[in-house]
Amino acid sequence: MRAFSAIAAAIVRGFVRDRASLFFAVVFPLMFLVFFGGVLSDRGQPAAELVQVGDLALVEALSPEAREAFDAAFDVRRVDDLDTALEQVRSGDADVALRQDGGTLVAHYTQTDQVQAAVTQATLRALVEGTNVALLAQEAGSAVPFALDVERVEDESLTVIQFVTPGLLGWAIATSAAIGAAATLQGWRQTKLMRRLQLAPVRTRTIVSARVVVTLGIALVQTAIFLGVGMAFFGLSLTGSWWMAVPLVLVGTLCFMALGLLAGALTTTAEAAVNAANFMVLPMAFLSGSFFSLDGAPRWLQTISDLMPLKHLNEGMLDVMVRGEGPAAALPVLGILAAFALVVTLVSAKLFRWDSV
Amino acid sequence: MTAIRVRDLTKVYGEVRAVDGVDLDVADGEFVGVLGPNGAGKTTLLEVVEGLRRPDSGTVEVLGEQVWPRNAAVLPRIGVQLQASAFFERLTAREQIRTFAALYDVSPARADDWLERVGLAEKASARVEDLSGGQAQRLSIACALVHDPELVFLDEPTASLDPQARRNLWDLLSGINEAGRTVVLTTHYMDEAEVLCDRVAVMDSGRVLQVGSPAELVRHLDAPARILVAPGQLDEAGARGIAGTESVEVGPDGTVLTTRHPADVVARLGELGALDGVRVQTGTLEDVFLALTGRSYRA
Ligand SMILES: Nc1ncnc2c1ncn2[C@@H]1O[C@H](COP(=O)(O)OP(=O)(O)OP(=O)(O)O)[C@@H](O)[C@H]1O
Ligand SMILES: [Mg+2]
Repeated sequence: MRAFSAIAAAIVRGFVRDRASLFFAVVFPLMFLVFFGGVLSDRGQPAAELVQVGDLALVEALSPEAREAFDAAFDVRRVDDLDTALEQVRSGDADVALRQDGGTLVAHYTQTDQVQAAVTQATLRALVEGTNVALLAQEAGSAVPFALDVERVEDESLTVIQFVTPGLLGWAIATSAAIGAAATLQGWRQTKLMRRLQLAPVRTRTIVSARVVVTLGIALVQTAIFLGVGMAFFGLSLTGSWWMAVPLVLVGTLCFMALGLLAGALTTTAEAAVNAANFMVLPMAFLSGSFFSLDGAPRWLQTISDLMPLKHLNEGMLDVMVRGEGPAAALPVLGILAAFALVVTLVSAKLFRWDSV
Repeated sequence: MTAIRVRDLTKVYGEVRAVDGVDLDVADGEFVGVLGPNGAGKTTLLEVVEGLRRPDSGTVEVLGEQVWPRNAAVLPRIGVQLQASAFFERLTAREQIRTFAALYDVSPARADDWLERVGLAEKASARVEDLSGGQAQRLSIACALVHDPELVFLDEPTASLDPQARRNLWDLLSGINEAGRTVVLTTHYMDEAEVLCDRVAVMDSGRVLQVGSPAELVRHLDAPARILVAPGQLDEAGARGIAGTESVEVGPDGTVLTTRHPADVVARLGELGALDGVRVQTGTLEDVFLALTGRSYRA
């Protein structure tokens, strides 16, 4: 136990004294959060230009308060056929074309202005979900006070923060877990510390678990900071089973530590290992909707996205933290992440060579 | 009892036979030096004996135990300083040695004592990255000794030390050796081996060429002594006239006579009144080393 805490303490000290890793684990993602959550949502985002194709029953059904929010968010124009609407979006005359297809609201927009797209999409999704909740409340009779749901609609429709926090948090955790594992593995191998530790009467298990426990702890602190900042400054409000984010964060961390180990096993220097880890995680963050949603992306891109563990982590966290889903929504995600972690760890163990230096 | 028993040990890296059929015994309480040019296989030999690397053939017994695969019974009883300092990043010297102490279940107070003993008390709060090469080396040695091991391996412990630190370390190592600990070190300094070691093993190309006490090896070499006579004391012809002189060399610092009978030659110099400032150099371990391993550079 003394050995475990000594090694864990050494790793924690090494981490908090490393300005660069602290910056990339906490400050850098927080800057994104402030940017998306603060600058974009509150400081008078100009109304997006929306072309409405035909009748939109859903919009008509909005409660007066929600309707107000909708009108504030969009400058609405009406055209009668989809092609004209799409042409306007394509040429940049409009930001989004909206049509209703049965029970589904379909939004068409380009990805040229990603921020605008993200805002538009977040607002629309909030409206749809808000309406669903409102309708549900009506059907269930008077059990749920209507006013409460209306407030939610207004709240959600106005904050991008709800939708960017889980994704950015997923990215932050993935980056620091992967880089932490890669840098430790390669750094300790390079400096021969690994060999020196092999000569001390400490089990490998103790060393590995110290590293894992510290990384899990760092991920929880990142989560606390993110949610704290989001709630305190940007009006983030979490839904019912947000606490399921904790197991998601923990298993997600294991999953990305495994990727970091793979990066460490494939490279021969600490710098190369960190670069390799970054090279895996950063594109993955884009493909997993950490910075903007991929709902409007082409089919093939979404298929690739489904192969990314980060995509599942992000979706799982969105579900439980802001979409109001129950705890069970996180279970399949936990399974996917755990399986991914296991497979990648086994592959890394197979590829790892003590003697590569 | 023998602390280390190595038989017919071989370790191959690709084409290189880094250790090639080595036999070596180290008795309990002995102080043994391993000498050899760069790439001779000293580090590899030590690493295999410590149990860090798997031997390709042959046997190693340390303190009566097998060392490969990793044997937890041996580890607490040996202390190792690796050739490259191995530290936890961004810890201070004190945190560093306390961390190692904790791994061996040694109290922080004793860890701090060791900082003092290697003269790093003043640097206790400096990060390991900010230590000078010699200070880092001393910290690494302290980390190897913190749990008071029975058997100590030191790979070029004095490599980057200044003369003061080197002497202090000699004292420290002699001290722990006198307290009954067995010490095995590698070095490139012959004076160091002569002062410290009960026995030395000279290695080259993976083989142990000779083992013995420094005095034994020098005697065995039968090298001529060099006698330096101060300038102006003796002319060249006079020098050549002295019986038993093998060669004479006149330089700005004086005249150098080589001889296998230094006592006779010095007596004759006395009769000639040329003894002022005379210096006699007999064969050294360095001569032994060069005679055994040659003078060309090693890869
Ligand atoms: N990990 C390794 N992989 C491949 N070859 C190695 C490895 N380690 C050492 N060698 C080779 O084995 C030989 C012996 O190396 P070793 O480090 O044991 O020498 P040494 O006597 O300690 O030298 P030095 O005095 O420079 O420390 C050298 O030729 C070296 O190039
Ligand atoms: Mg060496």
